[in-house]
Amino acid sequence: MEWETVIGLEVHAQLATKTKIFSGAAIAYGAAPNTQACAIDLGLPGVLPVLNKACVSMAIKFGLSTQCAIAPRSVFARKNYFYPDLPKGYQISQFELPIVHGGKLDVQQEDGSIKTIGITRAHLEEDAGKSLHEDFHGMSGIDFNRTGTPLLEIVSEPDMRCAKEAVAYLKALHALVTYLEICDGNMQEGSFRCDANVSVRPKGQKEFGTRTETKNVNSFRFVERAINYEVERQIQVLESGGTINQETLLFDAAKGETRPMRSKEEANDYRYFPDPDLLPVIIEQQQIDSIQQTMPELPWEKQHRFQQQYGLSQYDANVLISNKALSEYFETTLEQTDSDAKLVANWIMGDLAAFLNKNNLSIEESPVSAENLAGLIKRISDNTISGKIAKTVFEAMWQGEGDADTVIEKHGLKQITDDSAIVAIIDQVIAESPQQLEQYRAGKDKLFGYFVGQVMKKTQGKANPKQVNELLRKKL
Amino acid sequence: MIHKYTIAELSQGLSNGDFSSVEVTQYYLDRMQQFNPQLNCYITQCNEHALAQAKAADDLRAKGQAQGITGIPIAQKDLFCTKDIKTSCGSKMLDNFISPYNATVVERCNDAGMVMLGKLNMDEFAMGSSNENSHYGPVKNPWDMTRVPGGSSGGSAAAVAARLAPCATGTDTGGSIRQPAALTGLTGLKPTYGRVSRFGMVAFASSLDQGGPLTQTAEDAALVLTIIAGHDPKDSTSMKQEVPDYSTTLNDSIHGKTIGIPKEYFTNALDPEVGDTIHTAIKAFEKLGANIKSISLPNTHLAVPVYYVIAPAEASSNLSRFDGVRYGYRCENPKDLLDLYKRTRAEGFGEEVKRRILIGTYALSAGYYDAYYLKAQQVRHLIRDDFIKAFNEVDVILGPTAPTTAFKLGEKMNDPVSMYLSDLYTINVNLAGLPSLALPSGFVNDLPVGLQLIGKDFDEATLLNLGHQYQQVTDWHRQIPTAFDKGEAA
Repeated sequence: MEWETVIGLEVHAQLATKTKIFSGAAIAYGAAPNTQACAIDLGLPGVLPVLNKACVSMAIKFGLSTQCAIAPRSVFARKNYFYPDLPKGYQISQFELPIVHGGKLDVQQEDGSIKTIGITRAHLEEDAGKSLHEDFHGMSGIDFNRTGTPLLEIVSEPDMRCAKEAVAYLKALHALVTYLEICDGNMQEGSFRCDANVSVRPKGQKEFGTRTETKNVNSFRFVERAINYEVERQIQVLESGGTINQETLLFDAAKGETRPMRSKEEANDYRYFPDPDLLPVIIEQQQIDSIQQTMPELPWEKQHRFQQQYGLSQYDANVLISNKALSEYFETTLEQTDSDAKLVANWIMGDLAAFLNKNNLSIEESPVSAENLAGLIKRISDNTISGKIAKTVFEAMWQGEGDADTVIEKHGLKQITDDSAIVAIIDQVIAESPQQLEQYRAGKDKLFGYFVGQVMKKTQGKANPKQVNELLRKKL
Repeated sequence: MIHKYTIAELSQGLSNGDFSSVEVTQYYLDRMQQFNPQLNCYITQCNEHALAQAKAADDLRAKGQAQGITGIPIAQKDLFCTKDIKTSCGSKMLDNFISPYNATVVERCNDAGMVMLGKLNMDEFAMGSSNENSHYGPVKNPWDMTRVPGGSSGGSAAAVAARLAPCATGTDTGGSIRQPAALTGLTGLKPTYGRVSRFGMVAFASSLDQGGPLTQTAEDAALVLTIIAGHDPKDSTSMKQEVPDYSTTLNDSIHGKTIGIPKEYFTNALDPEVGDTIHTAIKAFEKLGANIKSISLPNTHLAVPVYYVIAPAEASSNLSRFDGVRYGYRCENPKDLLDLYKRTRAEGFGEEVKRRILIGTYALSAGYYDAYYLKAQQVRHLIRDDFIKAFNEVDVILGPTAPTTAFKLGEKMNDPVSMYLSDLYTINVNLAGLPSLALPSGFVNDLPVGLQLIGKDFDEATLLNLGHQYQQVTDWHRQIPTAFDKGEAA
């Protein structure tokens, strides 16, 4: 039987506020355990939540960028369950009335086509603390630093039909929240994490199959693997006559498989009800209008501009805008060179990207700054070095040997463009290769390459290849 | 005979230099020492802390920086968090709990230079109408030691009635200030929801809880309310509404004010003799120039059932944090996490608290939410609408506070519904969020009876004005139980 996959994603984006959603405690990743939790975060008797208004503005920004309806009145609700890292015994979230709902995001696929993914809703909520099960010898430790960190939970429609579409959506969403500067997008630190709802159904069937929810997948690669694993598993179960349980799963990245997180008997009845400690969030049109005025350039707007202004291909533009920092790196580099955008794009998407990947670094962590890359590209454009030597220079810059000019100077990598110097070397090569010369002159044209190679070898690649070619032809 | 003084009189005496705050404080500490063992109204007595505050207050006065209320002792219900001093909420669950911060009400009392004598007994987590649901044992009614003082602010009521404090704070979720005030012959004010900050009050039912004073007179209530009321940025539900000086309107004439008498408050449920004292009080108000008008609050009978859905629902969630993980009681040697939760909560909470957690959990659970919680919220609107309509025609509403006088200790402990009905007249006021002032209005068989005035949103000033004028022509509020009306002149 032919199967169709149906995927919907729930993304938790940690909002980039200075303080928590309902208290004045600071937010900073990596602080010593329990040093960033105040009485309110700890749920001590008598404390009350007060909404951090910055979270509301951020949610509105997100809503505007995805054409969501912004609720004039939304309500915080309590989600009740017991867990040691949930200090109040309930999480403050939004349930029936989320702050924004009913939007969409156009997602560019690998082949360049556009698929529109529906945004069901996005709501504000607080994060829980962290339970630490290692290093406590059979006991568990709890770190409440993360407690009360603001989250925007973004729920998509079940509009995706394969893992690649899901990843494309996730990447587009990731780009969007970082462009909006409402989330730092750091997936390793858990600032942007994803739950995948996956089901399969016989192709052509209208009703959805039973879905599973794979929780807290924290990289694009893992999302793809987790979904593919889950799709395979579900199809296998169904084809061997079994049924899918609606359950919550965890993705084990080491084993590359999903497994149940909790059994059905432990399933919670969250007993949602409006939180009486918080007033409904009332949003006036005026506030929406003023946020609209301050909206930054969005990823798809930037892509369009890159294509128009710099003549980049759709593919190149899409790669460069996929990450806000990358797009800024590109523009900074370009501004400081007189080169065409394509050369700059090639360097960034080629050598730089390869080095970053190999060393598992983000663009922000690149040891070669945009200024330094611009310096290098300038030396290519003005023929100081060849494209090939440029790779050597880049590597030296990566190793921290300084800017392009320093490296070129230090290693004497300047291109030889003086005709007489090149001719002298050609003469030397010809003198040393009488046999090859004879054969060449006898009609063995292929040996031309041998002479070019010898000249380049003698100049350690520094001779201008174009000039070498021209002069060799004359001499031979 | 310092214990005979109201706080207005103490304030006058302090400012005249008749006595110092240290002397007044020591006088009350001595009375606490002498009488508290009989009454059991204090859970914690703060002798050293109180004397230090009194000394500081005297110093302020010496520097000419005292306010009217500076140096006056007050006792706090033990659900207002107090930094470095135990806050038990009447529960074994919090018997070892010391808050790292002060409730806003406590902070405001401190800022005004008041002296905290101690922390007062109460029904566990403010759940009860007799103060028998306390981990620290029941409180006795100073008017009859075989009877309850009411609840949940029973410790507050007994302490002020026996003059072991000149005034106290209480909290009122369904009548917990007014009913004990009525049963002990005191003045008790439940302010408008949002008038007094709830920050630092251990929550019972968040949409109903409101702190307020238990005092000897309406004038005293005005003094305390003036300092504890007002917007608090730490409480999102506290309103940004100007706080008047309530003392300045106490002496306004009440001539021409219209008082509504709801017929639903005068049914078979009301003890006839209690009803008689209310009718006498109505005549007194008439004599003061008020117009009396019969009104109807047709949904009154729905208040108790609605309350016993909403309050337990909120409580079931509010009390989830008491899980033995971070503070408070923890069971011995838990096997695993579930065992920790189950035994901690089974052992740490009393019967009434567990009953309400169960009711509330049930009312919020999937499949029942619409039928119970949502429906109750809808009926709550109807109850409030009754009042809003009535206030188109009247300035205040007057009725009994409780249907009977104080009942015997143990009398209703095995009959929760009968216990719940003792809040019949107070609960709908909480559901509507309105302010209400309970005033002593006479005695039946030597036991105090109270009436209550219910006002418009944020119109505490009118209630206090009417209460003060009534107390100018009556002396019920001046009565002190004989056994406690003794003491040396300072």
